[in-house]
Parts: sequence; structure tokens; C-alpha cells
Amino acid sequence: MTGAAIRPILDVRDLSIGFRGRRGQPALNIVHDLNFRIAPGERVGLVGESGCGKSVTGLALMRLLPGAAQIGGQILLDGKDMATVSQGEIRRMRGKKIAMIFQEPMSALDPVFTVGEQIAEALRLHENLSKADERDRVIAALADVGIPAPKRRYDEYPHQLSGGMRQRVMIAMALINRPDLIIADEPTTALDVTIQAQIMDLLTRLSEDTGTALLFITHDLGVVAETCQRMITMYAGEIVEDAPVDDALLSPRHPYTSGLLRSLPHFNMEKGRFAHIPGRVPSPGAMPTGCRFAPRCAHAADACTAPQELRDIAADRRVRCVRADDFVLDGAVAGETA
Amino acid sequence: MTRPVVSVRDLVVRFPSLDGSSEVRAVDGVSFDIRPGETFGVIGESGSGKSTVGRTLVGLLAPTSGTMAFGDRDRAAMTRAEWRTERRHYQMIFQDPNAALNPRMTILDSLTEPMRIAGGRSKADMQDTALAALEKVGLRRDMAQRYPHELSGGQKQRVNIARVLPLSPRLIVCDEVVAALDVSIRGEILNLFKELQDDLGVAYAFIAHDISVVAQISDRIAVTYLGQFVELGPTEGIIDDPLHPYTVALLSAEPQPLPTHLRHRRRMTLEGDIPSPANPPSGCRFHTRCPWATPDCASLEPEWRELKPDHRVACHHATEKGMPPLPVRESVSSD
Ligand SMILES: Nc1ncnc2c1ncn2[C@@H]1O[C@H](COP(=O)(O)OP(=O)(O)OP(=O)(O)O)[C@@H](O)[C@H]1O
Ligand SMILES: Nc1ncnc2c1ncn2[C@@H]1O[C@H](COP(=O)(O)OP(=O)(O)OP(=O)(O)O)[C@@H](O)[C@H]1O
Ligand code: SF4
Ligand SMILES: [Mg+2]
Ligand SMILES: [Mg+2]
Repeated sequence: MTGAAIRPILDVRDLSIGFRGRRGQPALNIVHDLNFRIAPGERVGLVGESGCGKSVTGLALMRLLPGAAQIGGQILLDGKDMATVSQGEIRRMRGKKIAMIFQEPMSALDPVFTVGEQIAEALRLHENLSKADERDRVIAALADVGIPAPKRRYDEYPHQLSGGMRQRVMIAMALINRPDLIIADEPTTALDVTIQAQIMDLLTRLSEDTGTALLFITHDLGVVAETCQRMITMYAGEIVEDAPVDDALLSPRHPYTSGLLRSLPHFNMEKGRFAHIPGRVPSPGAMPTGCRFAPRCAHAADACTAPQELRDIAADRRVRCVRADDFVLDGAVAGETA
Repeated sequence: MTRPVVSVRDLVVRFPSLDGSSEVRAVDGVSFDIRPGETFGVIGESGSGKSTVGRTLVGLLAPTSGTMAFGDRDRAAMTRAEWRTERRHYQMIFQDPNAALNPRMTILDSLTEPMRIAGGRSKADMQDTALAALEKVGLRRDMAQRYPHELSGGQKQRVNIARVLPLSPRLIVCDEVVAALDVSIRGEILNLFKELQDDLGVAYAFIAHDISVVAQISDRIAVTYLGQFVELGPTEGIIDDPLHPYTVALLSAEPQPLPTHLRHRRRMTLEGDIPSPANPPSGCRFHTRCPWATPDCASLEPEWRELKPDHRVACHHATEKGMPPLPVRESVSSD
């Protein structure tokens, strides 16, 4: 597995996430048997369809899930277990060790404080600086994320900024304490493509310059291809594939990853015919007992009725499919293999 | 050439801004035809006026100025009654599969509703027609007794398509119709749109953020920027040889799900923000972000020129072969 030689910055072991059912309903198990690691400075994309558990995973890593959530397993962040450490310790780790960027910066920024004050507040949690030094650090951080005239912007309120600028402010805030890991949950989905391109370039550059690792949660495989080194694919609450990004794109080993790649219109071979995966995702209350993808899988066989394990198939690749060795699957470019 | 389904000239649509102090020029002087049976794709950034154009095409919004001809009739010359009969041939499907479905109505009632509004049919006839439409979009007849919450997003979007079919549409405006659906099932719905078009000869105005979807489904593509068309041409021309700098930037910004060695397209990163449509830049509206901008671009509005057959562009510097090489790569100040 990638990062095995170096000590990983994040080591998630057997993580499961469920929610207590409402009014006597049974608890729903949302995320199951989650195991993965992120090496220092590594950029990892977490992809999968709507509802597969990407965001709840991100929130669990930050320990931001609501009280109704039931969490099992370990979330080792630089050796400390985020699932069990004390509230005081959590506060010390958030910002300094781990930070998060959300899709909607407006929901994370406070409308009544200037953007400068808000970033300064985040800095103050971890460092004791003079007012003047604090201001300088914040202005430098705003400049780092490409905000023009940062001295003036310091005193502006969130509503005075465009969506792209607000997202830059969020990134500046996430980076101010130089965390080891940033979780970015759909950070560009609400933005236009030309602005998205600016933000992606920025995140990649900052991660390269500062050595911050990134966990990029998205449903956009293009974003992952252009910014990440590794791609983790989730389906129905489980990791089904974990591979270096180019390998995953060229020669996926799980039928779901392959189906997802083939569904992208760009790569349909027959002009005018769109590929798709038949059927739909099972709901959390009605998961198949065997392979969760089996009802939609063209390759399903008897062996698939048993629960599937995420197994190593190469030094840096894992897949959750017994039949992975029985077929060669199409990737983003049909017929080509890595 | 056959007569267009809709012919739009110098269309302007303005809205009062939120505080009432100014006007948003949502659409500001746009001209185009939609041809029978074609798919007319529309791409462009958020707030550039795509939905406003679409809503005007189906009569949900009235133009502030400009002319629109439906078939051979000028809209302004039609009586109210004439417009009411004509209008049903122009229909719209939205991004949110729930938008047009009443949660308390059965699918059958939702399906017959547009026919009831159009009038002139018996109840039995409407029901038969509705059930036939349901089959046409690939749903079983017994789905008609269900309620919207019992259907998946993709199934609801099929119902929305089935709703407009009985009105013999000549044009359906499809506004981000697959954006709310999961990638793995989008293809199913897009194929259905294709099949219905082959079958019924209906034209689509296909509005979407996702350029690769639009490229795959459209015969022609229009590119919008701040309330105007900056380019309009055949799909191959727009995708393979774009003429306008903004189109070049838009296409190059779309992230490609390809491994490094196959991503040959060079990224042209634009600097700066999208200006506000309440206060658009002078001259060429793109000049504040355009790497090719010269002083003329800030003062003169570019003409809407047909540089190649059926391929128009609004840019002072565009040539038949695309943009000339960049003079000096000075970064544009973006404040
Ligand atoms: N607080 C909660 N209580 C109960 N269920 C929840 C809660 N938060 C999320 N869920 C459920 O957990 C599942 C996973 O949700 P999650 O938000 O992680 O999906 P996602 O992969 O991020 O999807 P998307 O791509 O749409 O953002 C969903 O079925 C969702 O309904
Ligand atoms: N009913 C309205 N009242 C006031 N302003 C409006 C109204 N509808 C649209 N606008 C404004 O007109 C401009 C164009 O909006 P429109 O919805 O047509 O853009 P769009 O290209 O469809 O954007 P998106 O991609 O976000 O859907 C925007 O500035 C928008 O805020
Ligand atoms: S385990 Fe079987 S059903 Fe599941 S993905 Fe592999 S082949 Fe398909
Ligand atoms: Mg999410
Ligand atoms: Mg719109």
C-alpha cells in the first residue's frame, strides 16, 4: 500500500459509521470496513456516487459528526486516535494537524466578522502573536491564496466577496496553521469551471509548497485526474478500489470503477450513444449481503454472493472483487492498459 | 433552408436588481435561430443568461426588447388566443426532477395536467395518452399510480419528459436536465432524449454546465458570457477549433478524467473574477479577463461576425484560424 514505508499522516483502521434510527427504526450502517492511509504530502481523491458516504467519512475524520452518529474503529492522525481523544485534544488538533474546506464557504464563514478577523481567530487558537504580527500573517496568507489587494480585503465582509474569493478565504483559513492534512469536500462544485481551475491549481501548488496532504472528496473524476496522485473509489459505503490515479483511470480493476469511467460522455465510442450502469445504488437499509455492486454488475457470478474483502492485488493497489483477476476492464480510454 | 422553429433577434431581458437600484442585464442582445429537429447546445458560466434565454423561448419570460418568431409568426403579431395555442409546442424540462411534480399528485395526474391546461381532450383520451407517453419513456404503466417520492431521480426525470410529449412539442428546452442525477445513470436519460428526437423530430435547446455532455448531444453550440453570445457554431467547430478566447478558456478549464500522458490539452488559466451582470465591462465584456485584450477591446463592442460557414464569433481579434499567438504574456491585473 502506498505510504507503507513512510509513517502515514493518516491511518484509518476498520472505520464504520452508522446513525441511530429515528422513532424505533433500526440503526443504519452507512460506512463499513473503511481502511486507508495517506502519506505526508500525498494528494488522494475520494470518489463515488451521491450518498455513498464520502462526506460522512470526511466529517468523521474531523470529529464533526452529530451525536446520533455511531463510530467504530480507529482514525490515527499522526498517531493519535481522532475517534477517542478528548475534546480539548481535538481542539488542539483541528486547524493545526487537520483542517477542512467545505463546498459552501458561506456556511462556514461568519457574516458579521470581516474575513481578516476570522482568519486571525483561527490563528489565535494555536499561536500567541502581537496584533501587528497577527495581521501580517493573515495578509500574507490572503496573498498566498491569490487574493488581490489583501490589505484591503482583510477588512471586508464575506458577502462582499465573490464565490471564488470566499473559497480562497476558506483555503487561507485552513492553511493558516500549516496543518498536515486538509480535507476538501467538493471545494469547487459550486464554482464555475474557469474559477474551479484557478482553485485546483492553487490547492495543488500549496500542497506541493507546504507539504500538506490533501484528501479531495468529489464526484468529479476529472478533478481527481488533474490534482491527485491516488484515487479511492467508494460504492455503497465501502471502498471498492484504491490505486494510483493513472492506473485507476487506465486499467480499473473493479467493475464499478470501470462503469463510472465509461459513463463519462467524453469517452463513449459510438457517437451519440451514452454508456451507463444499469440499475441503482441500494439503500442503506437494504444492502445486499454479498458484493454490494452485484445487482448492477455485468460480471456477477456465484462467488459474488459472499461478502467481498478489500484485498491487495499489487504493492500499491487494492480491490474489493473476487473476480478481479478474471477480466480486463475498460478504463477512461477503452483498450489501453497501464 | 427550412424555416426555423424559433427565430430570435436582438433579444434583451432585464431584471430589476435585488435592491431595486439598478438593472441586471440577464440577456443583452442575442440573435439566433433554432432549426427543426436540431439540438442547440448552450454553455457558459453561472449567471451568463442561459436559463433566461431558455425561459424566454418557452414564454415563461417576456422579452424586454427584441423580436421572436415562432414558426412563421412574429410573437408580437399574435393574439392572446393564438399565442395560447402556439405556446404548448414549446416546453421546458428543469434540473430539479421534483420541480414540475406535485408531491401530493399521482404520476398519472401529473402526466395529464399539461393536457388539461391545454384543453380540448376527453378524460379517457388524456389517460390513454399519458400511459402511452409513460411507456415511450421506458416506464411501466403501473408507475402511473405512484407518487413522486416512490420514484428515483432518474425515473422522475423520465416522467417529466413524458409530461411534455403529448403536447407535440417542436422545441423542448432542457435546462441542466441531468445535473442532479448520478453520473452512472445520466447516460440512460441522455439516450432517451436522443431516441425521442430521432422518433419525433423535436428540437432541443440543451443547456448544461457539463461541456462534454453538450458536445456529445448537440449539433450546434452557443457560448454565453455575461448575457451575450460570444460564439455560435457547429459542435465540431466549437470543440476542436474554437474561435473566441473565452471558449478556448472554458474548454481548457474543464478537467479531463484522463491519465497524465493523455491529457495533451494545455490549460489556459484565466485570471480574475467574473464581472457582475448588473455592471458589465465596456467594449468587449470579456476584456477584463482576456489575455489578448488591447485598448480597443475596452472601448468598442465587437461585431457578431460569421468567420466560417455557420460559425459566428464576437471578438475583435479572432481569425478564421482561431486566435493569433499571444503577443506578450503579461499577467492581467485582477483587482
Ligand atoms: N446526520 C445524518 N443522519 C442520518 N443519516 C445521515 C446523516 N448524514 C448523512 N446521512 C446518510 O449517510 C449517507 C451518506 O451520506 P454522505 O453525505 O456521506 O454522502 P456523499 O457520498 O457525501 O454524497 P454526495 O456526493 O451527495 O455529497 C446518506 O445515505 C445520507 O442520507
Ligand atoms: N427572476 C429574476 N430576477 C432577478 N434577476 C434574475 C432573475 N432571473 C435571473 N436573474 C439574473 O439574471 C442573470 C442571468 O441568470 P440566469 O439564471 O439566466 O443564468 P444562467 O446562465 O442560467 O446561470 P446558472 O448556470 O447559474 O443556471 C443572473 O445575474 C441572475 O441573477
Ligand atoms: S464481486 Fe462480482 S458482482 Fe461484485 S464487482 Fe466483482 S464481479 Fe461484479
Ligand atoms: Mg457529500
Ligand atoms: Mg441556469
